Amino acid sequence: MSIAWNAFTPASALIGGAIIGAAAALFAVLNGRIAGVSGILGGLARPQPGDISWRIAFVAGLVAAPLAWGFFAALPEIRVDTSYFTLAAAGLLVGIGTRYGGGCTSGHGVCGVARLSPRSIVATLAFMAAGFATVYIARHLISQ
Amino acid sequence: MYTAASFTAGFVFGLGLLVSGMVNPAKVLGFLDLAGAWDPSLALVMAGAVAVGAGAFAFMKRRTRTLLGAPVLLPGARGIDRRLMLGSLVFGVGWGLAGICPGPALVLAGTGSAKGLVFLVSMIAGNGIFEFFEKRKRVAPGPAQVRSS
Repeated sequence: MSIAWNAFTPASALIGGAIIGAAAALFAVLNGRIAGVSGILGGLARPQPGDISWRIAFVAGLVAAPLAWGFFAALPEIRVDTSYFTLAAAGLLVGIGTRYGGGCTSGHGVCGVARLSPRSIVATLAFMAAGFATVYIARHLISQ
Repeated sequence: MYTAASFTAGFVFGLGLLVSGMVNPAKVLGFLDLAGAWDPSLALVMAGAVAVGAGAFAFMKRRTRTLLGAPVLLPGARGIDRRLMLGSLVFGVGWGLAGICPGPALVLAGTGSAKGLVFLVSMIAGNGIFEFFEKRKRVAPGPAQVRSS
């Protein structure tokens, strides 16, 4: 392992992380819910009366963030090197996996770990391990 | 009020994702590439988010109402089962292939990225597949159980 010091952005990572944590905190304190994006989005597939508008609002907030940002400043660098085909396959896996696993990076990784939930800690270790393994196979075994 | 708070939380969450670099799939993959030139930034994103979030969750632990008077719906303790493990592993494979998870997928789509949109549509389709099988399980729970007693 070698650390890519030129790519390492500790300040924006910590500040951005703190903002994400503040959003999760706000949502817990005001709405009494876990800011888990896969669950919030997924609940819209099975709409219950009175349970729709807050979900749409949260999702709209996420989508609106880059629009508002772009209004005032240039968006930060975004690079997607993955092919359309792989992206489509990856999207399916993320869509199915997060629902079966009951959460994603936000619900388990941020909120669950912050609540010291054993279930979420295990889930986070599992998807991180699978992510590390997948990138290792894709970058170092297949594309050599 | 409840809906406005929800929008604000989503909006702030999205800004945090943008600032942190989580919306840039190349950066996320740089974190997941332990054997390559490893970019540890994402570990600090998680650390920052968990540190700030922990206080709020500790505060909410004994409350039954939120500051807006809404009921607290934080999940209770549940066991670690096969569903959790398999689901998380499948999610991790998808995350490793694209470098995109659900939150950033929505923000990425908001930037107008065509690739981000393809990922998002596919992710929602995956959601639909999950719902389809869950529904079938609910409608037809298999042969009726026979009780011997």
